[in-house]
Amino acid sequence: MATYQLNVNGQTKKVDVDPSTPLLWVLREELKMTGTKYGCGISACGACTVFLNGVATRSCIVPISLIADQKIITIEGIASDPVGRAVQNAWVEKDVVQCGYCQSGQIMSAVALLKATSKPTDTNIEESMGGNLCRCATYVRIREAIKMAAETI
Amino acid sequence: MTFRREATMLANHRWLSPIFLLILVSFVTSIALSTRANNAYWVSSESGTDVPAREITPRMRVPPNLAQGLAGWDQVYSVLISPRCINCHTAQNYPQQGDDRHRHFANVIRGEEGRGVPALRCITCHQEVNADSTGVPGGPDWHLAPLSMQWQDKNDRPLSSAAVCGQITDRKRNENMDGKALLEHHSEAALVLWAWNPGRRPDGSMRTLPPLSHAEFVNATRTWVEAGTPCPRGR
Repeated sequence: MATYQLNVNGQTKKVDVDPSTPLLWVLREELKMTGTKYGCGISACGACTVFLNGVATRSCIVPISLIADQKIITIEGIASDPVGRAVQNAWVEKDVVQCGYCQSGQIMSAVALLKATSKPTDTNIEESMGGNLCRCATYVRIREAIKMAAETI
Repeated sequence: MTFRREATMLANHRWLSPIFLLILVSFVTSIALSTRANNAYWVSSESGTDVPAREITPRMRVPPNLAQGLAGWDQVYSVLISPRCINCHTAQNYPQQGDDRHRHFANVIRGEEGRGVPALRCITCHQEVNADSTGVPGGPDWHLAPLSMQWQDKNDRPLSSAAVCGQITDRKRNENMDGKALLEHHSEAALVLWAWNPGRRPDGSMRTLPPLSHAEFVNATRTWVEAGTPCPRGR
């Protein structure tokens, strides 16, 4: 076990965990921030996406020992970002969610896309969102919501 | 008894001493001249200028000849086209994975700088070290090689030895690396070293390694570089 001091959504959090513990489980089990979801556990579905220093990252495969002082942003903190707020509003407006399990990861990836490409094309959306799976197949509404958010940013 | 008597007789012949001394001096001189000649050739070969005798060190040696250099390149090429290397030297807008070199899953895209696209960058999944618990490989600044260093054709077939050699030695395409820099790259670059520490597959088995050890690869590169980075003929 080791003690780590994390910067999560602008707040300092202290945890005492095994160095190999994935960030996902530190967020969910230690910090009780359950908005970030466990999907596949092998970085293949995108449900656990968070930002590490602004880069969309799969939290299920990042051991806590590699985090150091990187700034972590989770779905719980995304609303404080103007782009994040716009995406969440568009998600509600377009009623994107069906079962909802993958949606926190979808929103995090959508925010990463819009921060880099303010007016994404269909190709941009398909390429950037290709790593986020949705078993309910809400992809059409996700695309519409991203375009709507882009209009409001 | 016989041997002792003959030795005594020889010792008594004092005229033998100058002859012995003369032979010894001749021998040492011939060795020294021979060494200097070899060193001068090596230094000329590398820098294009002769080096004063006082600068010649024991480390200098005869460079590999053309045949040895080409043999070294053959070994280097065998590593470059192994899956651990060539999977990230594609001619397409995507990386490959696995020993069968299939397209990377999730439609991962090269992106403008070979580091993926927003929300799906290489480092979205590939961390600085292998994640053996999940089978996701990792290394510092995980990224694709630039298209100028594509070692495959558009049909994902490895390019010929001559074509890959031509690319690697073209300083307009290889980020201006000369032979020394290429040797350094093969010796020390983090993602090159990863090929010999590729971690486990998702099923827990070890990924296959290149056909040579890293030490053999570096030695082959050194031989090729010291021979003047010769490339085989052909396309």
